[in-house]
Amino acid sequence: MTDLSVASPCRLKINGKSHTADLPPCVTLLDLLRERLDLTGTKKGCDHGQCGACTVLVNGKRVKSCLILAVSIPDAEITTIEGLGSDGHLHPMQQAFIDRDAFQCGYCTPGQIMSAVALLEEGHVRTREEIREFMSGNLCRCGAYNGIIDAIEQVVSQQLQNRAGEAA
Amino acid sequence: MRHFSYSRPETFENASHIPDHARYLAGGTNLIDLMKSDVERPEHVVDLNALPMSQIEERPAGGLRIGALVTNADTAAHPLVTERYPLLASAILAGASPQIRNRATNGGNLNQRTRCHYFYDPDMACNKRSPGTGCSAKGGRNRIMAILGTSDACIATFPSDMCVALAALNATVNLIGPEGERAVALRDYHRLPEDTPWQDNVLRKGEIVTSIDLPPISFGKNHTYLKVRDRLSFAFAIVSVAVGLQVENNTIRKASIAMGGVGTKPWCVPEAETLLEGKVPSPSLFRDVAECLLQGAVTDRDNAAKLKLAPRVIIRALLQAAAGTPQSQTYKSIS
Repeated sequence: MTDLSVASPCRLKINGKSHTADLPPCVTLLDLLRERLDLTGTKKGCDHGQCGACTVLVNGKRVKSCLILAVSIPDAEITTIEGLGSDGHLHPMQQAFIDRDAFQCGYCTPGQIMSAVALLEEGHVRTREEIREFMSGNLCRCGAYNGIIDAIEQVVSQQLQNRAGEAA
Repeated sequence: MRHFSYSRPETFENASHIPDHARYLAGGTNLIDLMKSDVERPEHVVDLNALPMSQIEERPAGGLRIGALVTNADTAAHPLVTERYPLLASAILAGASPQIRNRATNGGNLNQRTRCHYFYDPDMACNKRSPGTGCSAKGGRNRIMAILGTSDACIATFPSDMCVALAALNATVNLIGPEGERAVALRDYHRLPEDTPWQDNVLRKGEIVTSIDLPPISFGKNHTYLKVRDRLSFAFAIVSVAVGLQVENNTIRKASIAMGGVGTKPWCVPEAETLLEGKVPSPSLFRDVAECLLQGAVTDRDNAAKLKLAPRVIIRALLQAAAGTPQSQTYKSIS
């Protein structure tokens, strides 16, 4: 067995860019992003996997970055809120959150948006009840839930229109 | 979180040589939380994620083997699971949140610890966390605690939804360790607390859950996982019931039933299943089954409500299963 107690090499691809760092094994993916890579868009809320503010995509799946040791996901591809849009171009979900007034204080918003982007891929967006159930891992203490569901529905209907346009 | 050393073995042999004061890591959704809360203080963490335990495969005699490292989300979405074991998929989707299910593993689900408030607070006495210190839950704020299988030493509820369905499905847990491989019935895998509540299950030092076997059994539409909790989503069960029935000509040929939220382990009473077999479904029969399932229940300061709620959930779940109308985990109104 390799003893990696002092500092373990950690290789990750974050928003398309490769990163290598020597890390103590106790560093979570969340703390790596925020404290060492200055990617502070991902928020620390409860730090116990309950609030969803730290949601990022690991190999395309939404997860809570506070509950993952950075050394335990070698060569993973990470997408954070910083990796969604490009300069001057918001991701449709980011735009929808603005259009639909889907936040008040904004602290949970990066996690909500990352979760919503993954939800679209998963496809559990047929009804408001289904969206609500599959967004239950993201808390919003300002209570912007109705706006959040409106924003997700907006992107769903945009996608349907785009597909109909392509088919026509 | 305290510092610890870390290893990521690539063979079962290396993984089973575990030092003292070490913990196995799979998805980490429970272990890392416990380490942050200073409940778990391992000096070494053995990461199991490089081991080959990530398959879902059909068994030669029918049935399914689901790997210990397959995530809860991938298990619940797998076509072989949704087609043949919708009860299992339903129970998984009733638990945690999408992000947790994307990371949490099947083996980890079996080995998760209780969510007892006193277990989680290192300042409180807890025999499960610190053997011999006593049980703060007894006589304390204990409305979430167990009413079945408790002891003087511990009344902590086992929190899993998935394991309740696995118990109803009569699953088998496959283990590997320093002394080789063995298989344990899921119903025998978790231990009653008795006077050693720190031992949650029958795992020996260096043993790892490699997979879970589901027997070739089909309940058709006659199944349900009914979970009652304090809020509609992302909350542990106050009472949950998994039921599978084989019904022919309006007669129950075979019945499986397990309960969550009420026991110190997934709660099964074989006599309750026998009561159902050969009978025509009826509310009075289901009342007798509920009584049988809850025999020996002991309530404490705040959790007597569970004893009133449980029969209603049992009867409703049996009605749902008999009618072939399983509970939706998306549309939560209970029919």
